[in-house]
Amino acid sequence: MGKLIVSLSPHAHGNDSVEKNMFGVVIALIPAILVSFIYFGLGSVVVLLSSVAACMFFEWAITKYMLKREPTLTDGSAIVTGLLLGMNLPSNLPVCIVIIGALMAIGVAKMTFGGLGNNPFNPALVARCILLVSFPAQMTSWPMAGQLTSYIDAQTGATPLAIMKQAIKTGDASILDKLPSATQLLLGSNPTMGLGSIGEVCALALLLGLAYLLWKKVITWHIPVSIIATVFIFSGLLHLANPVYSNPLNEILSGGLMLGAIFMATDYVTSPMTHKGQLIYGIAIGFFTVVIRNWGSYPEGMSFAILIMNAFTPIINLSTKPKRFGEVVKK
Amino acid sequence: MRLHTFKIGGVHPEENKITADVKTKNAALPKVAIFPLGQHIGAPAKPVVKRGDFVKVGTLIAESGGFVSAPIYSSVSGTVAKIDTSIDATGYRKPVIIINVEGDEWEESIDRSEKLETLDEHSELTPENIIDIIKRAGITGMGGAGFPAFIKLCPPPTAKAECIIINGVECEPYITADYRLMMEHAKEILVGLDLLMKAAKVDRGYIGIEENKPEAIKLFTQLTADDSRIEIVPLAQKYPQGGEKQLVDAVINRQVPAPPAIPVNVGAIIQNICTAYAVYQAVMKHKPLFERYTTVTGKQVKNPGNYLVRIGTTFGELICACGGMPEGDNKVLAGGPMMGKSVMSLDVPVTKGTNSITILSGNDARRKAIQPCIRCGKCVDACPMGLEPYLLAILSANNLYDRLENEGVTSCMSCGSCQFTCPSHRPILDNILQGKGVVMGMIKARNVKK
Repeated sequence: MGKLIVSLSPHAHGNDSVEKNMFGVVIALIPAILVSFIYFGLGSVVVLLSSVAACMFFEWAITKYMLKREPTLTDGSAIVTGLLLGMNLPSNLPVCIVIIGALMAIGVAKMTFGGLGNNPFNPALVARCILLVSFPAQMTSWPMAGQLTSYIDAQTGATPLAIMKQAIKTGDASILDKLPSATQLLLGSNPTMGLGSIGEVCALALLLGLAYLLWKKVITWHIPVSIIATVFIFSGLLHLANPVYSNPLNEILSGGLMLGAIFMATDYVTSPMTHKGQLIYGIAIGFFTVVIRNWGSYPEGMSFAILIMNAFTPIINLSTKPKRFGEVVKK
Repeated sequence: MRLHTFKIGGVHPEENKITADVKTKNAALPKVAIFPLGQHIGAPAKPVVKRGDFVKVGTLIAESGGFVSAPIYSSVSGTVAKIDTSIDATGYRKPVIIINVEGDEWEESIDRSEKLETLDEHSELTPENIIDIIKRAGITGMGGAGFPAFIKLCPPPTAKAECIIINGVECEPYITADYRLMMEHAKEILVGLDLLMKAAKVDRGYIGIEENKPEAIKLFTQLTADDSRIEIVPLAQKYPQGGEKQLVDAVINRQVPAPPAIPVNVGAIIQNICTAYAVYQAVMKHKPLFERYTTVTGKQVKNPGNYLVRIGTTFGELICACGGMPEGDNKVLAGGPMMGKSVMSLDVPVTKGTNSITILSGNDARRKAIQPCIRCGKCVDACPMGLEPYLLAILSANNLYDRLENEGVTSCMSCGSCQFTCPSHRPILDNILQGKGVVMGMIKARNVKK
């Protein structure tokens, strides 16, 4: 007879795992990745591949040689960080800048804090913001659609967000007429403009990803819905007050809003644990995004808004408690 | 129709009720029976027999050791071999009475006929009579915790009982003992409920049954069709619905406040299916509690089944009767996989609270590698008490006991939903239980000072 194994209860497990959640995110990103191949071709392939490869390399090298731990590549978190970083970059970014981004994401934003589960800020967004201030020219030139074989040499153009900003700066609402239609924004098919980062082109593909994440229970609705609803309502009020602020549908369909709300802000490690906290976090991100978009010096505010709220996550966790069983509400 | 259930948290473990349709058999008489003196919550019982004494089935061998305590009756006839210590399901050595079995001679007072006795035929029974019989018969909660049953029927003066809720949930995977009992002795259980309602002086009775037992729901609904006092409540399937507070929430939609409040503070007295049956047998058949329904189960067990087991039979003997231990390393549980205790030896006896012997083999027996907490918050969603398990685990691991108490660790009932749901396979409940132990000690010390 074999040995008797002894442990405390529970002796059953629900078979959820870190890997399942990480690869769930990867699968949810597939529609957006495919769309990016269609619009950006070679550039998208090069940037995404180099970003994932570099992130995995840095994760492996740092755990093995600097931390002297068992490498943790198999948990899939480096792949997710690599993909999300790539999705947040323009498709004409040189590989060397992508690699610097990967080092910032894995080396600075993740491993210095102790690796998976310990980073206070979203690694991919930290890297994106460092690149944005370090390489402002390369990070703000956005290729136009349909140049499948070009990479760094791709023709660039202004993005819808830049046009919205211009309208506010000049106070001339007629500039907004240049904006693509909502359907074009939803599908990402506007031939005359810069399309933005690799992953933010097609809101519909990102929404498909959201549906998958909700179906597989990787995330709950609280963060994405609260962000999108807040942006819609806040920018809608602004639009009603003054038509130089573009209409709310354009606001939620353009820029990194969908990508941020569905994939970046919902990062487990850097978002609050309770649903109450997640709603506060989402509403604040939506609010800051609109503020930065309309009155900040950058046309896009999603990354900054998420990073700001990442910093508040520990406080939100401490101050929002779930309702305890049988708790009597004090009147 | 939307089924009732509790409102906060909960998980859905795989059912694995492989013995649901296996009819109950009488387990073979053991050669030696071991009776731990502490089979219940409270003071251990005090032996009233000595070495060499001859006892019959149903003879008192240990009397109640205090107010919160219960007497113990022999389940076999034979000679008392010794009064010693032996390992029980918790892994500690505890005092026991060991009896060498000789024949099967029952006390004459026990009515062994199958005839159904109803309360109408015994209108002479007063509530006090019934409670006294339950107390003297050594009946304890038979769902696992083992709280003496009569105490629940005598609520403190500040609370007033309004209803009895019979727990037919059996939300633990694998276990089918309660289900088999419901299918095979439904009428007796209903008389037991009648007795409990009379004892507690209430005129409302509920039986909560999960939807995965449609046959039982049907049977009980039919049997109680013309009894307006009793309601069968079908419940949506969710673990830990069998927890007292969850059951009260699910059945009558009332929330029991944090400890020290107990269900009767919101008017409910909970008793297990097996307990209701034991009450029937004690009051109507003069049969004290010495045998119980137990499931012996596991995916690799050759002949899993449900047994009517004499208390004191060792796990080893029951497992042998089911085809022996599966190959390789196994985990043997007293109870189900969510809250059962893994035993260190097969010489552990079945006690009043052993509803199942569950054998987990192969990968099911082992924990998976621990990964870092990714703060997904799934444990917070799963906790049926509305606590933050990840936080309790961190505070406990860092010895921050004052904060641990403030975060409500004493409300934790060790259901294990947090650890079950954790994608990083973290030992959340291990940590919480360690810290809860210290906090309970602190509270006790504080109360002593006062």
